[in-house]
Amino acid sequence: MTATAQQQTGATVMTNVEAVRTTLHDALVRDERVLIMGEDVGARGNVFLITKGFLEEFGPQRIIDTPLAEASIVGVAIGMAMEGLRPIAEIQFADFIYPAFNQIVGEAAKTRYRSNGDYTCPLVIRTPYGGGVRGALSHSVSIEALFYHVPGLIVLAPSTPADIKGLLNAAIESPDPVLFLEHKKTYRSVKGEVPGGYYTIPIGKADVKKDGTDVTVVSFGYNLHQALDAANRVAGDGVSAEVIDLRSIRPMDKTTILESVRKTRKLMIVHEDNKFGGIGAEISAMVAEEALFELDAPIRRLAGPDVPAMGYALPLEEEFMISTDEMAEAMRELARF
Amino acid sequence: MATTITMPQLGETVTEGTVAQWLKKPGDSVEKYEAFVEVSTDKVNAEVPAPVTGVIRELIVKEGETVPTGAPIAIIDEVILRQAQDHIGAGPGDIGAGRGDIGAGRGDIGARTGSPSEQVAAAHALRQAQGDTPQAEANRQASDEPVPGALRQAQADDVGLGGPAFSAPSGPAERPSANGTSGGHDGAVTDKGVRVSPAVRRLAREHRIDLGGVRGTGDNGRITANDILAAAKAGPSAGVAATITADNAEYTAPAPASAAPRAPSTAKPSYASAQPGDLIPLTQARKIIAQRMVESKHTAPHAWTMVEVDVTNVWKWRTREKDAFEKANGVKLTLLPFFIRAVVESLAKFPLMNASFTDEGIRVHRDVNVGLAIAAEGNLVVPVIRHTDQLSIKGIALAAGALIDKARRGKLGADDLAGGPFTVNNTGANGAILSAPILVPGQTGIVTTEAVVKRPVVREDDSIAVRSMMNVCMSLDHRVVDGAVASGFLSDLKKRLEAMGPVGSL
Amino acid sequence: MAKSTATRGRELDRTGLSDEQLVAMLRTMLLQRQLDNRGFQLNRQGKIPFALGSEGHEAVQAGAAMAFKRGADVLVPYYRDLGLALGVGMTPFEILSSLFARVTDRSMGRQFPNHYTNHDLGVLSISSIIAAHCTHAVGVAAAFAFRGESGRAVICSNGEGATSQGEWHESVNYAAVHALPVVFLVQNNEWAISTPQEMQMKVANVADKASGYGIPGVVCDGFSPIATYKTMHEALERARSGGGPTIVEAKCYRFLSHSTDDDDRTYRSRDVIEERRKLDPVPRFEQVLIEAGVIDEARAKQLKQDVLRETNEATDAAEAQPYPEASTLYTNVVAGDFRPWQE
Repeated sequence: MTATAQQQTGATVMTNVEAVRTTLHDALVRDERVLIMGEDVGARGNVFLITKGFLEEFGPQRIIDTPLAEASIVGVAIGMAMEGLRPIAEIQFADFIYPAFNQIVGEAAKTRYRSNGDYTCPLVIRTPYGGGVRGALSHSVSIEALFYHVPGLIVLAPSTPADIKGLLNAAIESPDPVLFLEHKKTYRSVKGEVPGGYYTIPIGKADVKKDGTDVTVVSFGYNLHQALDAANRVAGDGVSAEVIDLRSIRPMDKTTILESVRKTRKLMIVHEDNKFGGIGAEISAMVAEEALFELDAPIRRLAGPDVPAMGYALPLEEEFMISTDEMAEAMRELARF
Repeated sequence: MATTITMPQLGETVTEGTVAQWLKKPGDSVEKYEAFVEVSTDKVNAEVPAPVTGVIRELIVKEGETVPTGAPIAIIDEVILRQAQDHIGAGPGDIGAGRGDIGAGRGDIGARTGSPSEQVAAAHALRQAQGDTPQAEANRQASDEPVPGALRQAQADDVGLGGPAFSAPSGPAERPSANGTSGGHDGAVTDKGVRVSPAVRRLAREHRIDLGGVRGTGDNGRITANDILAAAKAGPSAGVAATITADNAEYTAPAPASAAPRAPSTAKPSYASAQPGDLIPLTQARKIIAQRMVESKHTAPHAWTMVEVDVTNVWKWRTREKDAFEKANGVKLTLLPFFIRAVVESLAKFPLMNASFTDEGIRVHRDVNVGLAIAAEGNLVVPVIRHTDQLSIKGIALAAGALIDKARRGKLGADDLAGGPFTVNNTGANGAILSAPILVPGQTGIVTTEAVVKRPVVREDDSIAVRSMMNVCMSLDHRVVDGAVASGFLSDLKKRLEAMGPVGSL
Repeated sequence: MAKSTATRGRELDRTGLSDEQLVAMLRTMLLQRQLDNRGFQLNRQGKIPFALGSEGHEAVQAGAAMAFKRGADVLVPYYRDLGLALGVGMTPFEILSSLFARVTDRSMGRQFPNHYTNHDLGVLSISSIIAAHCTHAVGVAAAFAFRGESGRAVICSNGEGATSQGEWHESVNYAAVHALPVVFLVQNNEWAISTPQEMQMKVANVADKASGYGIPGVVCDGFSPIATYKTMHEALERARSGGGPTIVEAKCYRFLSHSTDDDDRTYRSRDVIEERRKLDPVPRFEQVLIEAGVIDEARAKQLKQDVLRETNEATDAAEAQPYPEASTLYTNVVAGDFRPWQE
C-alpha cells in the first residue's frame, strides 16, 4: 500500500517499518524543506528498505546518499537546519552514531543555546537500535542513556506504528534537534492500526498501554511489547500490571509515571540498555524523590547487563536480552511482595 | 524420517514470508543445499536451500501464500545417505547472507530445541526450590510465633512505629545477578526481618493503624499497603493510638498502650497506673506532647485574660432541651456546643483570632475549624470540628460528640486532627474555675469553659440575684493580636453567650 | 617617504579594487589590530577574564572579507576571525560586548569571546570544537544548492591545525562529492597553540591536500590583503557559479601567544617572531597604499586616530552595559519548556 493511498483513507494496519516509511513519505510530499540524507538511503532505499523508491519519486536533491562518514552526515544536516531546511539524517545503525557524538551533543543540542536563539537546529536524526536480531556487538546497541542526559536534545523512542507516525511528525515539526530511535526488532514484528491523515503526538507524553492496579511497568521499545505480553500472561495469576510506554525519553513524562505509581505503589522499569546509569536510574530517583511514601515495595529494574555488548552467538544474545518470562516472573514477584 | 521445513527468517526484522514459487513438487527428490522453494519477503527474495536430502512428501503452503516465519511450509522425507550422516542436525547452510544488511537472508530453517523460555522456566524452578530451604521455612514459622514484648517494642522503635512488626525472611533466594536483572529486594530487609515500606508507614500513620494488629498478606507475611487500607476499613486496631496535635500529622504516633493488649502482662511502670517511685518511660506520645508544649511556650508569647459570663439563660435552654436531645440523637447535650457556636460567631467578627503567625506573615484563615481539646487514655488530643461556622448548635453537638467518641475509642484519623486554628478547652468539667491554657503551636487563641457556679450577682439595677456564672479564660499569641483585639473578642463572646436562651432553636 | 595623492607612485596590482575598497581593507586591518590590543589591555586590567589575539591575520581576513558578498554569502568563522567579523559588518561594540559578556552581546554573554554570531549578517554560530563547524558550512552550502540559489557561497574558515581533524576532511570530501558552493579558507599561521605545522601534516602546503579530493587548492600570500582577496574572490565566484569547493591556504603568522592564557615563550623563539614581525602586514599595507598614492601619511594617521576613538567609545559603551540576568541561564535551551521531566 502506498503512503498517499493511506492518507486518503482512514486507519490502516501496518508494521512499524511501514509506519516510518509512510510518515517520511508524507513529510516529503507535505514539506518541500524536508530531505533525507544518510548512507544508502537513495538507490538502495535504506538497508531496511524504509526509503525504497524515494529516490525515484523525489530525486537526488531530496534523497541524498552521503559519503560514509557519520560526523559529517549529522554535521552537514546541522548546517542545513541552521540555514532553514528540515533535514532528516539517518545513522544506519545506532551503533555507528559514536563518530557523530560531538555533532549531536556538542553542536546540535547547543546551537539554540549558544547563540541565544539567533540560530536554531530543527533536525531529526533517525536511527535503528536494539538487539535480539543476531546483530552482535555492533548492530545491537541501545543508545538512549548516552543521549537523554543532554539538555537541548529531544530523544524519542516510540514502539507502535501509530505512535511512530505521530511522534515522527512531531519530530519533523520540532524546532529543536530530535534523536528518533527505532527498535529494529519491532520493525516487522509489530503491527498496529495507524490513523489516516496528518497528526502529531505531543513530545514528552507517555502512554498507558495497559491499565492495571498491582504493579506499574515502565518501558519502551521491544521490551514494551514483551511487557504487554507478560502482563497478559500474569493476569491469569491474578496480577494486574499497568504498562506505561514512555515513548519520549527526553523530555520524560513525570505525571503519568507518578499517577500510576500512586495507584499501584509498585514500580518496575524495563529497558534493554544496560542498567548502570540507564533511564531506569533516573526514573527510580525521580519516584524516590517525589513519591517515596507511595511505594510499597523497592523499585525493581530489569535491564541489560553491564557488559559492552551482546555477543553474536545465540546464547550470548539471549543472555543479554530480557525475556518475557523474566518480565512475567518479576511482575509476579513484585505483586506478591 | 520426516523433516518439517519452516518459513525461514530472511533478514533480522522480517516476520513473515511468501512462497513465491515451489521449485519442487511432491515426489521430487531434493539434495541437501539444493534450492527447493523461492520465498519473498518485504526485504529480500531468495531461493531457499533444502536442509536435508530426501523426497518432497508434502507442500503445505500454496504459491502466493504468506505465512509467519517459523510456520511449516513443507515436509521432506529424509533419505539418510552415508556421506550425509555427518551433516545431520548440523543446521542449514548459511546461504545468501550479507546483502549489505546484517544477516539478511540468514537461512535459519528448522526448529531449535530447548527454547529460551523453557530454559528460563527451568531456572525459575531451581530458584523456587532454593527458596524453600529449611532455613527459609524456619524463618517463616518464626514469623508466626509471638515475639516477646520487649523485643517487639525494640523493633518498633527502630522503625519509628508503635506497633510490632512481623519478622520476615528475605524474599525468594536471589539468583546471582548474572544479567543485572535480579530482584534486589534486600534493601528493605534488616537482619531482624522488619520490613515496612514507606507507603505502609505513611498509611499506618494516616489511618492510625497499629501494625501489630494487621495480618500481612505480602511475601512472607509482609504487611502491604493494601493490608493497611483493608484494616482501616475494618475498624480500629487493637489499642488506642493517641495523636498529639491537631495540625501536623508528621508528629503523630501511636501510644504505647496500643501494644498493651497484645503484649504479655508485665508490671512495667505505665502512665495509666503510675505508682510512687515509678520511673515511667517516656512514650513517643508523651515526648511529643512535651516537645509541643515547650515549643508553644517558647515561641508564642502567651497573654492571658478572662471574663465571667452569666450563662443562666443558656443553661436553662440547655436544661430544657437536653433529655429530648439525647433521646433523639444519642448524644448528650452539654453547654459546649452553645459555647462553640458563640465562639465561631465571635471569630467571624474578629478574624485575627482565626489566624496563625508565620515567618511570611500573619496568615488569616478562610475556614473556621474549631479544635476541641480532649483527654484520652492519658494523652491529649485536639480533634477539629470542620467548618464549624457552618454548623448549627445541634450540628456542633453531634460533631463534637462524634469526635469525643472517636477520641476515646482511638479512632481519630489524620483528617480529624488537621487544621484547627482556634481551640476550645472544657477545663471546667472537673470543677476548675480558672485555667491558663497553653496554645496549640500555630494557633492564636485557646479559650476555656470553666465550671458553671451559682453565685450572687449584683445586676444592672443594683438588685442581687442568684445567677449561673461561668469563667471563660483565654490564652492568646501576643505576636498575632494585642490586648485590645483579644478583649474585644472576649467581650463579644460574653455578650453572645448572655444573649442566648432561655428559649431558641437548636 | 611621503607622497602626495596627486602623484601616483608605484603601480599597484589592485585586482579591480577601488581606492575606497583598498582603504576600507586598511581600516579593517587597523581596527582589528586596535581591538586585539584592547582585548589584551582589558584582560591585564582585570576587566575581562580572557582574550585571544589575531595579530598576523589582518591581511588574510581583510582580503577574504572584501571578497564576501554581504546579504548573499555566509561566513562560518573560527575563533581567530576578528577581522573577518569586522569585515562582513560586525561592529566594535558587538565585539566588546562579547568580551565584556554584557547583555548587548548577541549570545547575551553566553559564548566565549571571539565566537561571533550574527544571523542577520550571515555569521554562523560556532562552538570551540575544532573543525566541527566545517560540516555546518557544508550544510549551509548544501542548503543553497538544495534551493537552487546560485550566486551564494559559504566561507568556511579555520587554521591549519583544524585540517588534521576528521571533520575537516569529511567536510571537504562531502562538499567535493556534491560540488557545493563553499570555500575552505585555511589561515596557516604555522602554530596550533604550541604545535607547529610539521607536527600536523607531512605536506608542505595544506592546499596540497586538495588533489586528494579532486578539487582546486590554492596557496596565497596571507600577508597581502590584495593577494588574498584575489584568490578568495576567484574561489568564491567559482563556487557561486556551480564550480564546487576550493581550498584556499593563506600563509600568515601568529605574532602573539594563542591567547591570554598561553605563553608562547615556552615553545618558540623570540628571534623568529621578530624576524616575521618585520613583515607585519598592517604597517606594510599602509605603506603600500601610501606608496601607491592611494592615501597619504596624514590620512593614514587620521585612520589610526579614527579606529582608536571608535575602539575607546565602543569600550566605554560596552562596559556600561549590564550583565545578563542570572535567570537568562534557563532560556533558549529548547523552544518552550526546557525541563527534562515533563509535568
